[in-house]
Amino acid sequence: MLKKLFKWGLKKSLWVYHAGASACNNCDIEILDLLTPRHDIERFGIVLVGSPRHADVLLVTGVANRQVAPRLKRLYEQVPQPKLVIAVGSCACSAHLFRDSYNYVSPIDEIIPVDIYLPGCPPKPEAMIDAVVKALGKIQ
Amino acid sequence: MMAMIFNFLIFPGFLFAAGAGLLATWLDRKVTARLQYRVGPPWFQPLADLAKLLGKEIIVPEGVSRSVFLGAPLFGLAGVTLVSAIIFSPAPFVGDLIVVIYLLMLPPLAVIFGGSASRNPLSAIGASREMKLVLAYELPFILALFTVVLKTHSIMIGEIVRYQNLSGLMIGSLSGLFAFAAALLAVQAKLGAVPFDLPEAEQELAAGPLLEYSGAPLAVFRLTRAMLYFVLPAFLAVIFMGGGLDPWFMLKYLIVLTLIILIKNTNPRLRIDHALRLFWGPVSGLAALAFILAWLGK
Repeated sequence: MLKKLFKWGLKKSLWVYHAGASACNNCDIEILDLLTPRHDIERFGIVLVGSPRHADVLLVTGVANRQVAPRLKRLYEQVPQPKLVIAVGSCACSAHLFRDSYNYVSPIDEIIPVDIYLPGCPPKPEAMIDAVVKALGKIQ
Repeated sequence: MMAMIFNFLIFPGFLFAAGAGLLATWLDRKVTARLQYRVGPPWFQPLADLAKLLGKEIIVPEGVSRSVFLGAPLFGLAGVTLVSAIIFSPAPFVGDLIVVIYLLMLPPLAVIFGGSASRNPLSAIGASREMKLVLAYELPFILALFTVVLKTHSIMIGEIVRYQNLSGLMIGSLSGLFAFAAALLAVQAKLGAVPFDLPEAEQELAAGPLLEYSGAPLAVFRLTRAMLYFVLPAFLAVIFMGGGLDPWFMLKYLIVLTLIILIKNTNPRLRIDHALRLFWGPVSGLAALAFILAWLGK
């Protein structure tokens, strides 16, 4: 019964922490688009929070380079269980055109477990909403 | 004894204030969304947030004092529950108003304790700002309340309500109106609503004093904040517009709440020194003016 209530709460109120792993800001701007009147993601109870301790979802954009990789790992450990990770953009999914770069370490899913991959450069806001819906399906 | 427990835990106390407060925070979020041409969250949103937070993992940072870190939220919740029980208490007891002023200090105190115990520089800055803000708004708040005391010759909430039933509402007189304006701004700061949300200042301090909190303690802090959204405007409505739990009272409460939400949505955040100067200067001046007018019998 309590577990059911918690699951309902989790589905109706996902709090997202946006971890910008040295992204080029293109994905970041598209993410902010979700908060504007056109998409208004607060309808579904999704809000951006400022602290990883409050978050349910870690939204990763960008490529993990040598500076970012250990910090990303720490950030993931700071999010309380249960947690989801969504990799937004081609960079986060596959390092895109930076894969031969001198400071590139490894794909993000080799640093932290990724639940949802969302390719695109940048992905459309509609695609992001779709990704979140799929993430909700994963909770069950 | 049973009546007292019922009083504290169910009707004017915890459960009632929590329900009304959660609805009030929903109203706040919905009106804010509508003012920004958005749709806004559904009515059960604050409840869903709370249910989710209660089920999440509780992380206690390394090296903090567990008792203070986990005890602070309960401390604040107890304070706001008692205020709600006192304001609508069927049998008013002696010394009402001063007890309410003391008890309303508990939630900010809890935030300060929790923030300082978090062992995080951003939380510490948030806690220190909260402390300065308390110093700033307490003076005009108490001055405004004592204007009412001076006019009604009583510090008991029951007596203040009776006086207003017999000889007109507080807000109808010049001094009452000024005192209400000063107290409204102080309540805005007590709620941590936007022009005075510097302790939490999302863009600078991430989440301020609550930065390190997760799971159930965070839920308790949010519930305390939600209950304050009911208790503080209701307290102003009782003191300045007469009380009694009837439909008219709910209308008065909604008017005060709407004023707070509108102030919140039409103002930018102040800097901490500006907030201090605003409260100790113009707002305290306004409250002092109201006090003098009340003394002259206006």
